[in-house]
Amino acid sequence: MQLALFWIFSTLMLLFGGLVVFLRNPVSSAMSLVVCFIWMAALFVTLDAYFIAVIQVLVYAGAVMVLFLFIIMLLDLKGDQARPVNLSAWAGGGLVLFGFLSVLAKVIGSDPRLAIQKPQMAMPPLDDVQAVGAVLFRNFSLPFQMIGVLLLVATVGVVLLSRREIK
Amino acid sequence: MTATLANYLLVSGVLFAIGLAGVLLRRNLLIIFMGLELMLNAANLSLVAFSRFHLTMDGYPAYNAQTFVFFIITVAAAEVAVGLAVIVALFRAKQTVHVEDLDGLKF
Repeated sequence: MQLALFWIFSTLMLLFGGLVVFLRNPVSSAMSLVVCFIWMAALFVTLDAYFIAVIQVLVYAGAVMVLFLFIIMLLDLKGDQARPVNLSAWAGGGLVLFGFLSVLAKVIGSDPRLAIQKPQMAMPPLDDVQAVGAVLFRNFSLPFQMIGVLLLVATVGVVLLSRREIK
Repeated sequence: MTATLANYLLVSGVLFAIGLAGVLLRRNLLIIFMGLELMLNAANLSLVAFSRFHLTMDGYPAYNAQTFVFFIITVAAAEVAVGLAVIVALFRAKQTVHVEDLDGLKF
């Protein structure tokens, strides 16, 4: 049952991820990316990472993709008109991809340490949000504050970048 | 019978490859950016898989990895905001988001 769910989720996720790359219209690409992120959240749930799954749906499928769609709307893009395909670029890209995938398959297939089943978790299960929050505030409180500053800098930078004229 | 760690890593790697294909083969800046997001998500999936498959001494998942994923998602959100602002500024200057029309640095 769990194995079947894993394959269903990952097949759908990879399918919609592939559609992101292969569809012509940027809006369709963005919508497929939303669906891909939601299936990714389902995969996180199969790994018992409920907090990360919720964050994935809220931040990625919600906020980030809405931003993408707004920008596509602002730029008022028509679908890509067909341009002549650069064959050497496609051959180079395909070669890089083939090399990457074959090395990956070889490494993953050959290492017996990766062929393990999910170990049984201790009982009772921890509250996921509480556990991540405890690690975040006990062990990583300085990076947490730094990331706050990073978000502030990003916000200010975006406002500056999108002003009509910088005087 | 459940999925093994190798299964999760394989799916993560294939998703990374799809994102890389988007960056290498597409020529629309927005689609290239979406490919970057796919690659970040592939890294997240493998981190969460490692966290679930290697429990700590007391039998719970390694929550350090999930905290790392939390940081990655935050940085990705900031990166998307800045990147899209740059794309909008570029579109205002050049009226295009097609990378082949942006050859100002080409030798």
